[in-house]
Amino acid sequence: MFEDFFKVVKQRFNDGIDEDEHKIVKCPRCQNNIFLERYEELHRVCPNCNYHGRLSVSERIDITVDKNSFRELDADMISGNPIDFPLYTEKQQELREKTGLKDAVVTGTAEIKGSPTVIGVMDSRYMMGSMGSVAGEKIARAFEYATENSLPVIMFTASGGARMQEGIVSLMQMAKTAGAVKFHSDNGGLYITVMTDPTTGGVTASFASLGDIIIAEPKVLIGFAGRRVIEGTIKQKLPDDFQLAEFQHEKGFVDMIVERRKMRSTLSHLLKLHGYYPQEKEV
Amino acid sequence: MEEKKTAWERLQIIHAKGRPTVNDYIPLVFTDFYEMHGDRLYGDDKAVLGGIARLKNMPVTIIAQVKGRDINENKACNFAMPHPEGYRKALRLARQAEKFHRPVICFIDTPGAFCGVAAEERGQGEAIAKNIAEFMTLRTPIISIVLGEAGSGGALALGVCDELAMLENAQYSVLSPRGFASILWKDASREKEASEIMMITAEDMVRLGVAETIIEEPLGGAHNDLDKISENIKEYLSYKIPEKCKKDIDVLLKERYTKFRKIGEFIE
Ligand SMILES: [Zn+2]
Repeated sequence: MFEDFFKVVKQRFNDGIDEDEHKIVKCPRCQNNIFLERYEELHRVCPNCNYHGRLSVSERIDITVDKNSFRELDADMISGNPIDFPLYTEKQQELREKTGLKDAVVTGTAEIKGSPTVIGVMDSRYMMGSMGSVAGEKIARAFEYATENSLPVIMFTASGGARMQEGIVSLMQMAKTAGAVKFHSDNGGLYITVMTDPTTGGVTASFASLGDIIIAEPKVLIGFAGRRVIEGTIKQKLPDDFQLAEFQHEKGFVDMIVERRKMRSTLSHLLKLHGYYPQEKEV
Repeated sequence: MEEKKTAWERLQIIHAKGRPTVNDYIPLVFTDFYEMHGDRLYGDDKAVLGGIARLKNMPVTIIAQVKGRDINENKACNFAMPHPEGYRKALRLARQAEKFHRPVICFIDTPGAFCGVAAEERGQGEAIAKNIAEFMTLRTPIISIVLGEAGSGGALALGVCDELAMLENAQYSVLSPRGFASILWKDASREKEASEIMMITAEDMVRLGVAETIIEEPLGGAHNDLDKISENIKEYLSYKIPEKCKKDIDVLLKERYTKFRKIGEFIE
């Protein structure tokens, strides 16, 4: 079902952090070539077609929340190996060292132009942002924390879907996260999803699609089934714009498409419209 | 006692022609079945069957994925792969059950949600997500039974419940062993190997906290004695549904969330 996301996605920009700055990267949407240095200056937005490329967690937090306001929750949580999948533990160890991340999602509290919020950011560099036990647990806890403290939640989603190496346990994280979202919602909490590249599979089919407000960045991939799986079913090639943010917007599954440079102010306005104003600081 | 079967052997049983489907079970487990159609939004998905019936004397709502017993039936029900309207029909009937205080019984039997252009256009991801979230707080008992295969989010959309039972040879997985092998090893032909390491059997589900009960199948599989397996299903439901109905609904909902909340393995 999610078969081909992995392959397709790997061929696109490899938004590594340790690449040579004179390196040229190719836009996965328009095939335009651009110097990595310039691309980074543009916060990884293609100057030719406006595709919004993948950011690391720290880049995302830096451009979204108030300086020094981010406090991470569950910072030390790492994955077990629930189905004893061969080499899974070793691969995790390697990835943690390589990326500096503990798993595919980072959660915490922060302020956006003074408005307090819980925030979660997924990182596609960590096993394609796939959701396993750690992502499920951290996201559920983030929503529970927000429910207890009457805070809104903003989730930046980026995922190839379920973490295959955790088998059925990864599937159950969909129920865990969707359940936590539902209780937060029933308690009157605001939840804003920001879909970034790519938002697919089991993440689309759980917490990502449950936002009160769903925002997407331009030209990002959003869908449930993999493009090649569908092409295999229908035996023909799909149009280039299939499953892009603009497609989902037209079909009614995305409220608004917001450019990266306007994201922070948009989120700030939306928080305030829902009564989440800057809190008075103790002097 | 039969010798213990491997996951692969069980997969052969559930995929064999003649494996009973929900349409075989309904007349033997329930009475007064009235089928309901449509999601009131787009259409009626034949991959998902829903309706009202009696279990002994108790009115219940049935929601099920439908496998065909031959190629014509399978064409009609799209090989039990629902579109979004199938999941939305399920949610409509679940809410109807909640309103009239009927317990919900879901029969899961699907390779997965359908992967197609129309399914994407109509929001397959959103439909599944919404069912998962809404079933979590549905204020009536939900029991789900996996009849054959339960594949991926397309199965979970009928799988958020107070208790999950598996027929003895049934399997539940994040994706098919074939898909698993093709993603992780780039070699779909290693599906047998994948089936053995993925932990997909009924016993695995109980061990991992995904399922609570295994319903015994007749020797060789459910197809060998339809009356007997139907009786086992009926007996299980007749015992389990009143047990869940007796519980305070808020306690039940708390337990439902906790069931899923505690699945996962991490270190902190
Ligand atoms: Zn471009």
